[in-house]
Amino acid sequence: MSIPYTKKILENFLHPKNVGEIKNADAIATEGSSICGDVVKLFIKVDPKTHKIVDIKFKSYGCAANIATASIITELAKGKTINKAKKISWEKANKELGGLPPVKVHCAVLAIDALKSAIDNYEQAHGLIREKVPTDGKIIIKRLRHIINPIFGKDVVSTKLIKEIKIKDGIISIKMNLAPDHQFYNNISDEIKERLEPLWDVKKVDIVGDLDSLTSQKS
Amino acid sequence: MKGYYFDNIAATKVDKEVIKAMLPYFDTYYAMPSSQFSHQPGIFITDKIEQARKNIAHFINADKDEIIFTSGETESNNLAIKGVARANKKRGNHIITVKNEHRSVLNSFKTLEKEGFDVTYLDVDGEGSVDLQQIKDSIRDNTILLSVALVDQVVGTIQPIAEIGKLIKEKQVIFHTNATYGLGYLPLDVKKMGVDLLTISGDKAHAPKGIGVLYKRKDININRIFDGNFNEFYIRPGIENVPGIIGFSKAVDLLKHNENTIEKINELRDILIDKLLTIGDSVLNGSRTKRVANNVNITFYKVEGESVMLHLDMNGISVTTGSACFSRSLEPDYVLSSMGFDHERIHGSIRYSLSKYNTKEEVEYVSEKTKKIIKRLREISPL
Repeated sequence: MSIPYTKKILENFLHPKNVGEIKNADAIATEGSSICGDVVKLFIKVDPKTHKIVDIKFKSYGCAANIATASIITELAKGKTINKAKKISWEKANKELGGLPPVKVHCAVLAIDALKSAIDNYEQAHGLIREKVPTDGKIIIKRLRHIINPIFGKDVVSTKLIKEIKIKDGIISIKMNLAPDHQFYNNISDEIKERLEPLWDVKKVDIVGDLDSLTSQKS
Repeated sequence: MKGYYFDNIAATKVDKEVIKAMLPYFDTYYAMPSSQFSHQPGIFITDKIEQARKNIAHFINADKDEIIFTSGETESNNLAIKGVARANKKRGNHIITVKNEHRSVLNSFKTLEKEGFDVTYLDVDGEGSVDLQQIKDSIRDNTILLSVALVDQVVGTIQPIAEIGKLIKEKQVIFHTNATYGLGYLPLDVKKMGVDLLTISGDKAHAPKGIGVLYKRKDININRIFDGNFNEFYIRPGIENVPGIIGFSKAVDLLKHNENTIEKINELRDILIDKLLTIGDSVLNGSRTKRVANNVNITFYKVEGESVMLHLDMNGISVTTGSACFSRSLEPDYVLSSMGFDHERIHGSIRYSLSKYNTKEEVEYVSEKTKKIIKRLREISPL
């Protein structure tokens, strides 16, 4: 066993590209995970005519995977139109890096979220304000797809970690296919809360585990 | 690349003299240690084990039939806690430990909690110290077991075990201490400490991995946690780890009269702490005075620990961090959390741990490299 990072990840960690700030940026976004503690701050400069990202820079208070993904997504986004850049997924970033270890994939999500938020902020500043849509199962699942199951390094929906979702009177109840004493139980349930609680019409998120599923979630 | 090993709280280099002592027990004296009515090779080895038992017993001021050989810290703690709680259940079901204990202690208590025991988890203060009054107040008529580590493995805070021992002397509480992280650095005298059970492990003191000891005072009732043959007073069945036992005994010999070694490590620790603290925006975690000689734990604000660790690793320096990014559960280190630290303080915490093999030159190199790495990572930090 060697260091669990690919050569590409190490390169991007030791010599990250596009580090810094843009003084007169068109949009800035800061994404932080209060769970793992990492923070990514992203600056973009957009050509008003072509809507192409002409400059992009980042700063990171995070682990190696965080720094490496921020570096790679700024490379991927540079020169693309904001519509194309919006579609860069964490899967794409992960592939580009040669594959993060499963427990580290959530770091890629954080950097991607920062990019999406920066673009969002840019669009909003240019008159594209979206309406408030009531939260339903579809929206919840979409958000849950941004939470990585650290056992597999894939999202919690496709890895069947979510057993049941109910929503009633602004209270979301989620049943997880994971025993409450699993090593990742606290981490995952905190992340779910962090993702769903900011929704404008959600009052509370209740999560319960499943005692019998102790062995079903193993890589 | 030259290695700069600063992770001696996790595991230590096995001393050459220890290896030398062990070697004949692989290919010359390999028979099963056996009863006095067995063959001569077996009897020979049983004799050697009993000498090692006597030696280690003497080292901690115990009798030789109070020394149980185990596979290490985790097993000794499991045996002590589960074994004693289950054997003394009739006397009461309340048991006490501390929130910053080693996982093998905490998880043993959690298992007992599931079995119906009532557990009190004591708090520690900002330096990782447990409060004597809090211990006193938590003891009830039905309390049967108290487990407090001599030194914690993260910030190296020394707990006043002897004072706790005095405090509970009149009570019917069985007292266990995990002394693993004090072995080689603090005097271990089970009578002066007033403990009924004590855990030590070879891998932290230049013996190999896979060998440990549980001291159990003669009159303490204990249940086995493994079933098997009649080895180790029928408390810990299974064929003895003979080379390990011989090695541990030799390692203990090397710890006798080692005041100068401790003094040297203490000095290196202080130099390293002082040098690292010259890096601004940094803070020492744990106590400066009630601190074991080999532990340095410092938070560098505005940087994340795993990044620092990986950069250090690229320079041949081995350390560890309390950052959530590094932990197996993706949660910030629970020992630092138990001290009331916020996320940020834990995120940038780095533990450097020393042994007799570290030198002043290494300490210089490590602090200089750390300084450069922190500067670089702070340049890319948004905070």
